[in-house]
Amino acid sequence: MNVDLYEKIWMYGVAVMLALFFGSTAMAAIGRNIHPPSHVETIDPKTALADPRFAKQGVTRGLDGKVDASVVGMMFVWLPAEATIPADTPVTFRLTSMDVVHGYQIVRTNGQVMVVPGYVSQFTVSLPVGEYLVACNEYCGIGHHTMAGKLHVVPKEQWTPFPEVAK
Amino acid sequence: MNARRLILANIWVSVIAFGVAAAMAVMQALSRANLDLPFRTARMYYMSVTAHGVLMGLVFTTFFIMGLGYAIAERENGEIRWPKLGWIGFWVALAGAAMALGTILTFKSSVLYTFYPPLQAHPLFYIGLTLLVVASWGWCASMIASWRDARRRDPGRSVSLAMHATAANAMLWLLATVGVASEMLFQLIPWSLGLTKTVDPILARTLFWYFGHPLVYFWILPAYTIWYTVLPREAGGKLFSEPLGRMVFTLFLILSTPVGFHHQFQDPGIPASWKLFHTFNTMAISFPSLVTAFTIVASLEVAGRLRGGTGLFGWIRKLPWSDPVVLSVLLAALLFMVGGFGGAVNAAYALNGVVHNTAWIPAHFHLTVGSAAALTFMGACYWLVPRVSGKKLELVPLARVQPWLWFIGMVLFSFTGHITGLMGLPRRIYTTTYGDAAQAKAWETLTGVSAVGGIVLFASAGFFVLVMLFTLLGKEGTETAKIEWAESLSMPPGGYKPGLWDRLGLWFGVAVVLVVIAYAIPLWDLFHLTRYGSPGFKPF
Repeated sequence: MNVDLYEKIWMYGVAVMLALFFGSTAMAAIGRNIHPPSHVETIDPKTALADPRFAKQGVTRGLDGKVDASVVGMMFVWLPAEATIPADTPVTFRLTSMDVVHGYQIVRTNGQVMVVPGYVSQFTVSLPVGEYLVACNEYCGIGHHTMAGKLHVVPKEQWTPFPEVAK
Repeated sequence: MNARRLILANIWVSVIAFGVAAAMAVMQALSRANLDLPFRTARMYYMSVTAHGVLMGLVFTTFFIMGLGYAIAERENGEIRWPKLGWIGFWVALAGAAMALGTILTFKSSVLYTFYPPLQAHPLFYIGLTLLVVASWGWCASMIASWRDARRRDPGRSVSLAMHATAANAMLWLLATVGVASEMLFQLIPWSLGLTKTVDPILARTLFWYFGHPLVYFWILPAYTIWYTVLPREAGGKLFSEPLGRMVFTLFLILSTPVGFHHQFQDPGIPASWKLFHTFNTMAISFPSLVTAFTIVASLEVAGRLRGGTGLFGWIRKLPWSDPVVLSVLLAALLFMVGGFGGAVNAAYALNGVVHNTAWIPAHFHLTVGSAAALTFMGACYWLVPRVSGKKLELVPLARVQPWLWFIGMVLFSFTGHITGLMGLPRRIYTTTYGDAAQAKAWETLTGVSAVGGIVLFASAGFFVLVMLFTLLGKEGTETAKIEWAESLSMPPGGYKPGLWDRLGLWFGVAVVLVVIAYAIPLWDLFHLTRYGSPGFKPF
């Protein structure tokens, strides 16, 4: 196959660019352990609210200092609709849905995950102080645009878990 | 004669579907700017988003692509393989599309064009769309048979690039639609009929996106076919590099399908390792597009210089910007460059979380399918319809303005969408106020600009439909231009000999192997989880 010189140069350039893409992605994923939320765990959606994992929704402070938030999505609310977490602290959100697929999105952050009935979703974020809108970003029916919550991120020293779920 | 009617029948459906879908869209753009319009309700909004997606993504595109394919095959061999099958396919596809649309317009299937369960549509929605897909398989068979006929007629010479590209696209479509057909036949149809109680939403999403990403290449490849085989000639030049063009289309056949998890980065139930593997495949598929970028620009430079252009950029001004065919394709390609960069962000393993399911996403694919494909198809209609029907292109001044309006409208709509997406505005929502939340206030001005873009786009769509209706219903002209493909700059005497990239059957086999590698283990693992299915919900 006869390939023009300029075209060859271009193709080598493209190959170098793709090699950089591959390399940076591999470095982020494997080297720095940055992954999209890919938790694999199942749950019966019919009884999710009775399941010990989601019977109480809210924020937990572990004895080791770890902060977890458990959230249940249903048409067209998040349970809890409002929560308070500490700033600059990794907080692990665990979520599931009672009915259709929802999307938990902390607006203007990269904290988001699809919330799928039958599955437990999980992601960890660390956020600066602020008031955040939590939107549903997966179409879930006629009230989709009203499905929202609030996330208060307060300085660590002023923080108490709200709504608190005792461990 | 029969061939000509079949081609035009497909184009007719495509144009009408486009017109209806465009009318739905303008209302959505205004709704997202929070304007109070008559008849504006959430129920109406989500119904119309569904209708817009299904009509644009599945009806307008599929019928146009089938029509174009028949025209290419007819040009290649002087006949269409199995015209009866073509007609049966046409009527079945039309009946299927009408069925699905009927259930949408009566508010029974507001599940959007992605129809993720456990949202449950009317059974005829799923059955209708399945019929549309199955009917398109007849077209695939006809295209592949035509390609083989052409190869056998002259084994020492390659088939035309247009025929090669069309056969590659037909094979790609056959491989891709296995996913959505399985989702429909094994999950959604029995479930919507009440034969099964539950479905697994993650399996459904996986099967959908197995199909959903190659679907975008099914749209883009016919556009590229026009860019490679029509644009250089219409612009007054030659195709810069035909052998690489063959390689490009074959690479799309190989790489389009094993990439679906980059649409499911935020999904639970799929391990990160497989998402990473699909990410690498996704990056690889930008290679043929980047090669295309070079070839098309180089071909245009050839045209510009042949028309007397000089200097580094002087040739650009010499291109025939007033020709509706050339103009549409040039503007489509310009918008696609921006869309391509956005696509790299979507596919980026670590960046996707910033933009997933935000306004960024529809803004992105309105530059790709909505411009690179749709605007090229409009330009292709201006080129194809007169050549097939023997009729003169009517309302030419409108056809000259229309691509500019599309370009301007898309810049207003889409560039703002990218920004509001980065600011966290979710896609597919009826209003964007969130009870006057502070963060939602920040989107207001930009959604307004976006709505203005929607109005401009609607004007453009209206112009296109008018031009097509006047042309299709017009009188036969005296001049009968024929379909001629662009000449290649480096064509050896006697044409190209078939090479490795021409062996589509072989590469189809490679594509199947890649698909098995990319999907077998994750699906196997999914089947071995304790899974709880979901009953259907109809909250619309």
